[in-house]
Amino acid sequence: MSFLDIAGVTKSFGANTVLHGFDLAVQKGEFVSFLGPSGCGKTTMLRIVAGFETPTGGTVTIDGEEVTHLAANKRRIGMVFQAYALFPNLSVADNVAFGLKVAGRPKSEIVPRVKEMLALIKLPHLADRYPYQLSGGQQQRVALARALAPSPRVLLLDEPLSALDAKIRLSLRQEIRELQRKLGITTIFVTHDQEEALSISDRIVVMSEGRIEQCGRPFEIYNRPKSRFVAGFVGTLSFLDAVAGSGATVSVGDSALTLSEPADARPGSPITLALRPEAVKLEPAPERTNRLTGRVEDTSFLGSVVRLRLQTAGGTLLADTFNSPAAPPPEPGADVDLYFSPTDVFALSNEGHVPAPQPVL
Amino acid sequence: MKKSLPIGPIVVVVLAALYFVLPLIATLNFSLSMLRGVWSFEAYRVVFHDERFRSTFTFSVVAALCTIVLGALLIVPTAYWVRLKFPRMRPLVEFITLLPLVIPPIVLVFGYIRLYNSSSILPFTGSAMGTNVLLVLGYVVLSLPYMFRAVDTGMAAIDIRTLTEAAESLGAKRTTILFGVILPNVKAAVLSGAFLTFAIVMGEFVLASLLNRPAFGPYLALMGANRAYEPAALAVIAFAVTWVCMGMLQVFGSQTPGRRRSGRSLFRFARRANR
Repeated sequence: MSFLDIAGVTKSFGANTVLHGFDLAVQKGEFVSFLGPSGCGKTTMLRIVAGFETPTGGTVTIDGEEVTHLAANKRRIGMVFQAYALFPNLSVADNVAFGLKVAGRPKSEIVPRVKEMLALIKLPHLADRYPYQLSGGQQQRVALARALAPSPRVLLLDEPLSALDAKIRLSLRQEIRELQRKLGITTIFVTHDQEEALSISDRIVVMSEGRIEQCGRPFEIYNRPKSRFVAGFVGTLSFLDAVAGSGATVSVGDSALTLSEPADARPGSPITLALRPEAVKLEPAPERTNRLTGRVEDTSFLGSVVRLRLQTAGGTLLADTFNSPAAPPPEPGADVDLYFSPTDVFALSNEGHVPAPQPVL
Repeated sequence: MKKSLPIGPIVVVVLAALYFVLPLIATLNFSLSMLRGVWSFEAYRVVFHDERFRSTFTFSVVAALCTIVLGALLIVPTAYWVRLKFPRMRPLVEFITLLPLVIPPIVLVFGYIRLYNSSSILPFTGSAMGTNVLLVLGYVVLSLPYMFRAVDTGMAAIDIRTLTEAAESLGAKRTTILFGVILPNVKAAVLSGAFLTFAIVMGEFVLASLLNRPAFGPYLALMGANRAYEPAALAVIAFAVTWVCMGMLQVFGSQTPGRRRSGRSLFRFARRANR
C-alpha cells in the first residue's frame, strides 16, 4: 500500500470540470512533481490533498487514513505557498513555532524544535527578525521551516520558487531537495517549470486539461514521452516533415533517413519526425547514415551551449552545440552538415501518439 | 531663474485656515474671559466641578468603549467571512453598512422606540440598563460605515485567504486564525475605526437625547441653552477630545501590517520612556 493514495479524483466548478479521474500512488519519502501549463489542474489537485478543496468524486488516503472529507487543519500536512504567506505580525521564530503552539506542545519542546528548524534552513541568526525584514528567498526558507516544524505527514509545495529570482531559485531548489532527502518526507511539488521538475523529482506527473498525460521518472518523461503534448511541453523539440518509406526508412527532401523502429504509417504517406536539439550533431561522425544539410538562419549564444536555428528540406530544426573557445559558431547563411542517431528520432503519428523510442544514453 | 511664489494657492489656504481657525480662537478667547478684566480658566474650573459634566462624560466614554468592542466583534468576523467565503456579497454588505449615513438617526431612534418599547416582546426601554444597551446598539449602527470601511481596507492590505490557508495547514482552528492571525494583522485598521467611533459617540446627541440617557451630547446642548461661558469651555474640550482621536488615528493608521512594533516592544518602549 502506498503512503499517499489518490484514487479517481474528479473536480468540477459548476459546468467546468478541471480534474477528470486523477489516480496516483505516492510511496513514503517520494518526491513527486505535478508539471503542466497553468490551468491544467495541478494546483487544484494539490489543494484537494491539502484539504482546501473537496473533490467532486474519488478519494484521498494518507497513511491508510481516508482524508477526503477531513478538514485541512486535521490532516497534518505542511504547505508552502508561492506568496510565502508568513504571518506578518510574528517574528521568524514565532512563525516557525506557530504549528507547534497550535498543537499545544510544551514550551520545552517548542524552543529546541524551532532552533533545530532554523539551523536546518541555515538561518539561525534571523530568529528575531520580522518577515518584512527578510528577502524573498529567506522568507520562503522560513515558510519551509514553518511547514516542517510540526513533522507533517506530507509536504505540499505550491510553486514555491516562482516568485524568486533565477539564482535564488536554483540554489533553493537544491536546498529543498536536500532537506527532503534528509527528512525522508513525502513531498508533492507543483510547478510549470519543466527544468525545475526534471531536476529535483523522483517522479513527474505531466498534466494537461485535468488529465494525467504521463507519469514517470524524469529520465523516462524526457526521453520516452508518451504523447505529443508531453514531448512538446518537456524540453524543446523540432518537427520535420517527412514521407514514410518501406520498413524503418523515411525521406526528408532528397535525404533518406533510418529510424530505430518502423514508422506506424503506410509507405508514401506524410509523417512528422521529432528531434531534441541536443541530438543533432554538427561534427563529422564515422556513421553517416542519417544526414541532412541545413542552412544556418540564426545562432543564439546561451553560454555553455550555442543554439542554431537551421533551415532544412523538412522545415526548421534546432541544434545545440557545446561552446568551445577554439571554434566559433557558424555564421548565419552558412551550410552545415547534420547528423543524428536513428535512436534519437521519434516518428509522430497523426493521432499525436508517440511510439516510445529507445532511451538516449 | 527664481520661481515666483504661488500666490493663488497661498491665498486659498490662508482663507480656509482663517475660516476654520478664527471661530476656534474666538471660542477659546471667550472661554477664558469668564472673570471680568482678566484671562482665567474659571469657566473650565466650573465645568470640571460640575458633577453632571463628570457623570455624563464618563457615561459617554463607557458607552463609546462598549460600542467599539461590540462593533469590532461584529465587524471583524463579518468582513473576514465576506472576503473569504462570499466575495460576491461584498457590495451588498458595504451598502448595508453605508445605510446609517443615508437614514437619519432620528428615524433610527423612533424605529427603536416603536419596536422595543416597554409593551413589546423585547422591552429594552422598560429599564435604564435596557435603554443603555439599546443606546450602545444604536451607536454600533451609527459607527458601521466607519468601522467596516477601516477594517475592510485593512483586510485588503493583507492576503487573508493565503494566510488563512497557511494557518489551517498548520492545524489552527477558525477562531485561532481569526484572533491569532487575522486580528493582529488588521489591528491598525480596527484602531482607526475605533478612534472614529469614539469621536462620533462622544458628540452624539439625537439617540442619547430621545432615549433620555445622561450622555455628554445632551449635556452639551443643555449647557449651551442655559449658560454663557461654560459652553465655550465645553466646546474647546470636545474639540480637544476629537483632535486627540484624529491624532491617534494618524499615528496608528499610517502603520502597514507587519511593520508595526509588536505589543511587547511597545511595552518595552514605554518602560524605557518612563526611566
